[in-house]
Amino acid sequence: MADTTELVTAPGSQTGPGAGRISRRPARLPKPLQAVVRLAGIVPFAAYIIIGLFIPLIAVLIGAFQNASTGAWTFSNIDAATHGAYLHGFEQSLELSLIASVLPAVFGLLVAYAIFTAKRGKVLRQMVITASGVFANFGGVPLAFLFIASLSSTALVTGWLNDIHLNIYSDGFTLFNLVGVAVVYMYFQIPLMVLIILPALEGLRPAWREAAENLGARSWSYWRHVGWPVLMPSFLSCLMLLFGSALSAYATAEALTGGTIPLTSIQIGTLINGNVVAGQANVGKALGLGMVVIIAILMTLYVVLQRRAAKWLR
Amino acid sequence: MAAIGTYAKQGWIRRQLRTPGGDTGSAVARSGKFPVWRWAILLIAGVYFLLPLYAALRFAGIHAFGSVFTTPGFGSSLWTSIQISAMTWIITMALMVPTTIYVHLRLPRLRALLESITILPIVIPPIVLTVGVLQVFPIQLKATMWLLGIEYVILAMPFAYRAIDAGLRSIDLKTLTEASSNLGAGWLTTIWRVILPNLGTSLLSATVLIVALCLGEFTMASLNLVQTFPVWIVLFDQENAQISVSASILALVVTWLFLMLIVTIGTRRARRTGAGEVTLFTVTANTTTIGES
Amino acid sequence: MATNEAAATTSAAATDVAAAAAVVAATTGADAREGTSVSLRDLTRVFGATKALDGMSLDIAPGELVALLGPSGCGKTTALRIVAGFETATTGEVLVDGNDVQGVPAAKRDMGMVFQSYSLFPNMSALDNVGFGLRMRKASPTVRRKKAGELLEMVGLSAQAGQFPHQLSGGQQQRVALARALAIEPRVLLLDEPLSALDAKVRLQLREQIRTLQQRLGTTTLFVTHDQEEALSMADRVGVMRAGKLEQVAAPDEVYDNPATAFVAEFVGTMNRIPGDLGSGGETVTVLGTTVPVQSGGPTSGAVNALIRPENLTIGAAENGNGIVFLRTFLGATSRITVLLSGDLQVLVDIPSTTAAAMVPGASVAVGIPSAAVHVVPAAG
Repeated sequence: MADTTELVTAPGSQTGPGAGRISRRPARLPKPLQAVVRLAGIVPFAAYIIIGLFIPLIAVLIGAFQNASTGAWTFSNIDAATHGAYLHGFEQSLELSLIASVLPAVFGLLVAYAIFTAKRGKVLRQMVITASGVFANFGGVPLAFLFIASLSSTALVTGWLNDIHLNIYSDGFTLFNLVGVAVVYMYFQIPLMVLIILPALEGLRPAWREAAENLGARSWSYWRHVGWPVLMPSFLSCLMLLFGSALSAYATAEALTGGTIPLTSIQIGTLINGNVVAGQANVGKALGLGMVVIIAILMTLYVVLQRRAAKWLR
Repeated sequence: MAAIGTYAKQGWIRRQLRTPGGDTGSAVARSGKFPVWRWAILLIAGVYFLLPLYAALRFAGIHAFGSVFTTPGFGSSLWTSIQISAMTWIITMALMVPTTIYVHLRLPRLRALLESITILPIVIPPIVLTVGVLQVFPIQLKATMWLLGIEYVILAMPFAYRAIDAGLRSIDLKTLTEASSNLGAGWLTTIWRVILPNLGTSLLSATVLIVALCLGEFTMASLNLVQTFPVWIVLFDQENAQISVSASILALVVTWLFLMLIVTIGTRRARRTGAGEVTLFTVTANTTTIGES
Repeated sequence: MATNEAAATTSAAATDVAAAAAVVAATTGADAREGTSVSLRDLTRVFGATKALDGMSLDIAPGELVALLGPSGCGKTTALRIVAGFETATTGEVLVDGNDVQGVPAAKRDMGMVFQSYSLFPNMSALDNVGFGLRMRKASPTVRRKKAGELLEMVGLSAQAGQFPHQLSGGQQQRVALARALAIEPRVLLLDEPLSALDAKVRLQLREQIRTLQQRLGTTTLFVTHDQEEALSMADRVGVMRAGKLEQVAAPDEVYDNPATAFVAEFVGTMNRIPGDLGSGGETVTVLGTTVPVQSGGPTSGAVNALIRPENLTIGAAENGNGIVFLRTFLGATSRITVLLSGDLQVLVDIPSTTAAAMVPGASVAVGIPSAAVHVVPAAG
């Protein structure tokens, strides 16, 4: 296999329009050098990633352990980040992410399934998929505003609900606590879920459904024994992604709460903007480190689950 | 085991499913209960997504839409965003297309690694990334749109990679390349005349997602003090909420129409060449490469 | 890998099949399984503007294996899926043991179906797959495991019981699929081109296995395929279909030797088309100098071609024969001689390889036709 590739793609062996003339292979380099030459092709990409992604990331991770003014190594940032208001921030963020990932995961799956069974290329399917593409990226102040305009205590929808005697505010609802923020988060989480679960749904072969039916299984049995078990790894991995997405969200939370609920992402933002107590400048980086650690765990789970799914959804 | 005749004798008759106009024959589509449930879900979803839009529209008032275009900052911020989009698109395509092709052809074992790396920008909170970026990059670039363009490439990478990767996998890249090479084409010709035309649909998907990203990204832009369109919307909100809301709704609708247009054109093109439906790939796509070499 | 498993199964399969099938047959004897008859009456299936089935009728006797043979799009799969319950006929009925099953959902029809490919549940081992139908019938785990084990042994895959579909080869998967369909002791066995996705050698192995199993168990079977060799070698009767209609249903040798229509004649086996002159009234035709009767159903005037099989043509070396040998292809036991006749006509003649020595390219030969009746078709313009 390596040989054919070598012949076809070895640099300097372009045959050009004078086809039919088999070019001589260039003298073979020693094996290790060959590998290096081959790797040369992804250098541009690697360089870009390193400069644009890894170096900033490493800067954050290192900064987490440095004293902001002296540059000396210290654990004080980490210490600050895992206690008091910041610890509370982590707890709240995790709680919010849990709500804002499990619910949209389930609902997104249902929506995806609802459109997936429509025939390919049908207008409905296209519309929902493109809408999902747009809404998945919609957030921040505009989104916050949409919900304030509909569900704040004096807003339109609240009024309608009051008219039919569903006083959500007297039941303790507010847009500005965890639940409220979660409701708003669903606006982009659900579309995200629809987009990422569709490929998995498409991997469910109709032959399985028919074979199950043929053997005596009705809808419920099919889902219980075949459909859901096969879908589950994908579902869980999508759930991981949704969790990570909710955790990282900044703009929407900031717009809605303005910092009244302690959330890690907002706390980082505040620290960047310079409204800090002296000596705490690098706590933001420590917080960032914390987030990255949590996300790293999630991603490992994600990869493991995807591996499982790939085996079955060939 | 009950004889089938028993069912007939006992009058067991499921609803006669002679649907006029034909059915797909799939077991799922046949069951009578299902379509109802499907529409219920879509209805609930529709209400959840469209109601806030409607409420915002009511708040903004129709007249606000007209004045959006003449408001100061609208044009300049939109133009900034468009420029950034263009820049991001050029760099992303120039970087990701050759790299993905290269990896597919000559470094297949790195595919799994590449796929994992391209997930990173999604899961690393943009806020964390921004912190690092602001610290690392030279002062000349900060607060300019060039920095944003550079960083948006990183943010767009997952989507671009997945779209291109899926496209390459569906065309059996290796065979096409070998055939082209065998017929005498050089590398550049092969990419330009053979590979790219067959990647049409995925490039379209990638473009669509890049544009959506650039027109919606707020965190990095605001912390980097660049007035892109989303940032302007937020800033202006403090001045005139109604105009701001109109602008956001407008942006949403326009992006959606733009997307539908691209997807429809793409699908029609794809039908001609048999490339299949244009879909928007985000994160998971077919991950058969993970775990395999 | 395919050859290894093929070799392994050849020896195992022969004895296993006989022994295990006997066991299964014995245990099911108590169920008074005399076999189920299936009748398709005037089935029509219309999709918008297209007619997938056009008034198709077929009676399958208990214990019989009927193969539906035809090109793609002829409606054979549609007919099978209607019998299975995955599609509904627009008009017509399906009777099982005399009872109309059109209202019975697929899950309750008690038929075992083997799909073309990749129908095994990926999240279950081979054993669990085979036992699935029994689980749906509320059989206890012990019974399930035992029965599934027996069936896996029957198809020669006991060693693979714990493996998952993605770990099995295509041929192995289909054998598991077969075992799974048979585990529920179905009244009818339905096979939807089960061998099409497999490579040649595995296909041959499986053909034998399926046929042997089916005969031992006496299960009424409907088998859909586009491969005429498969149909001819496996079936009790072959139904040749075209454009939604059955053109002929008869035993394999009958379909081959006495094709009812020109389509059947050309679809099954190889056919020569040789120009001939119709006699008065279209009752006889003169081909290569010999006059023979004409099979009814074809054109009665105009320019025609006669349909004659390669093995029915006679050939002999002759000084001034009517043809010249163009090509000799060695096919093993037979050799196929391509002869150039006057008028730029090529015919294929099959003769035993032992007598083919004289047929070298360039040799002058005389080609003749037998005196049996022949089909004629209009000569293309």
